[in-house]
Amino acid sequence: MMSLYDKIFKPKVYTLSNGKQVSQKRSRMPVILILTVAAILISAKVTGFSLTVLVSRISYFFVMLKDMFPPDLSYMARVWAPLWDTIKMSLLGSVIGALLCIPFALLASTNLVKNKVVTAIVKFMFSLVRTLPTLVAALIATYIFGLGTLAGTVAIAVFTFAYCGKILYENIETVEMGSYEALGALGCHPLSCIRYSILPQVLPTYLSTVLFCFEGNVRYASILGYVGAGGLGLILNEKIGWREYDRVGMILIALFITVVVIESLSQWLRSKLS
Amino acid sequence: MKLTIAEKLSQEPKLWRKQLIIVFICLLLLIWSSTALKVQKTDGSGIAVALGIFKGLVHPTTSLLFGMGKTGVAYLLLETMCIALMGTIVGAIFAIPISFISSFNIVPKWLGIFGRVFIMAIRTIPAFVYGLMFIMVTGPGPFAGLLTMSLCSVGMLSKMFIEAIEDLDKGILESLDAQGCTFFQKIRYGIIPQLLPSFASTLIYRFDMNLRDATVLGLVGAGGIGAPLIFAMSSYRWNDVGAILIGLVVLVLIVEALSGKLRTKLMRG
Repeated sequence: MMSLYDKIFKPKVYTLSNGKQVSQKRSRMPVILILTVAAILISAKVTGFSLTVLVSRISYFFVMLKDMFPPDLSYMARVWAPLWDTIKMSLLGSVIGALLCIPFALLASTNLVKNKVVTAIVKFMFSLVRTLPTLVAALIATYIFGLGTLAGTVAIAVFTFAYCGKILYENIETVEMGSYEALGALGCHPLSCIRYSILPQVLPTYLSTVLFCFEGNVRYASILGYVGAGGLGLILNEKIGWREYDRVGMILIALFITVVVIESLSQWLRSKLS
Repeated sequence: MKLTIAEKLSQEPKLWRKQLIIVFICLLLLIWSSTALKVQKTDGSGIAVALGIFKGLVHPTTSLLFGMGKTGVAYLLLETMCIALMGTIVGAIFAIPISFISSFNIVPKWLGIFGRVFIMAIRTIPAFVYGLMFIMVTGPGPFAGLLTMSLCSVGMLSKMFIEAIEDLDKGILESLDAQGCTFFQKIRYGIIPQLLPSFASTLIYRFDMNLRDATVLGLVGAGGIGAPLIFAMSSYRWNDVGAILIGLVVLVLIVEALSGKLRTKLMRG
């Protein structure tokens, strides 16, 4: 396609002082720009984007925010239990998902498993699970396990499984295989080859991925409550429904502080790992 | 000094005490967190439900899946893509100034820290709260969805933008200065070529993520494929759920493959 573009818009030819001719291909920028603008215009039409509505009515956005302040501090006593639930859910879900993905990630690595069919199937499974929206997973989990934290934990575990699994197998595929082959040549069982040559190479990245995933999961867990999967989202949804925005404000502040604490903790741990 | 293998091995640092403590702490945390699990359904009906869901998913409603009208999957997917695209673009418009005032190599430290706290605060508020706020502005529909998506994108976009800005090579600017370039020439030839590839790559990646997260908008009726999906799920129409999910998954897989190709091309220049 691009060679056709070069045929229509001839490259610019310069003649150097020694008589040699060099050509510079025309910039592709106009094409990219036209395509982008067209895509934006179509999207704006489909979504009904209107700047005038946005500018004239944006004050309504702050109505709810204004009502959240000052937050109802006395409500904090009732926030603690669901807050801990959220943290426990994300912690347990992250650990389960992260442990479960290890055998599958090993199976998906082309340098460990020579069978192309197996690796392709496992890789496809990973991307299939990853595209499944977390919310859908959570809803299905509430139907199967009933309302509550178990459903949320399962949903988080599914998400972590797919995310960490993908990063892990990509990581395993780039390890240095010399030590693995050397151990194999010494007569080690394949599993102990993995234990002593692959594991030390991928462990730091793996742990830091899991921590990163846990960080995100705490934030995500607050949405899961919306579908009845337990935690902070449950009371958040309830208080929004009752329009008790000062309490919503308190919940959001509690969530903010928790996220900040967990993120700084995990960043500190990750800096130790690398 | 020559050492035998055994002597060398004995010199290995003794880490077992430290490792034992770490394992102990992890176990303690796990036991503590498992107290959150309360099994509510014990009658085993879960398996029957799961089977029903699975059956529905493999027998999608074909009229919905291939329908071309406004309720067909094709139109819903188009709408979702448009929301994701506009959400990413509007998000970037918010994120670019925020990330410039949060980069430590451009602004003083106190302003940078303030900017980062602000970004974190934006990121903390769950998507459906933004959705409800924007519905007050625009009424339910895809417009509210794209505004919600844009605010949800700001956190991640500005984080990546800040990294790109802090990696700027200032030597180029100095040499342009030495040649007597004007302020705008410096931006055009010194800054934009450095930032554009990584900004574009971030935007493509975020578009990919937004497409995946679009179901969240359905919770509050903010347009896209989310609302029909959630409605179908809460009324147990699993065949419809199957049709919508198949459409969404195929689209996300295609977009992911394309965006991966584009991004590697961008990174290699």
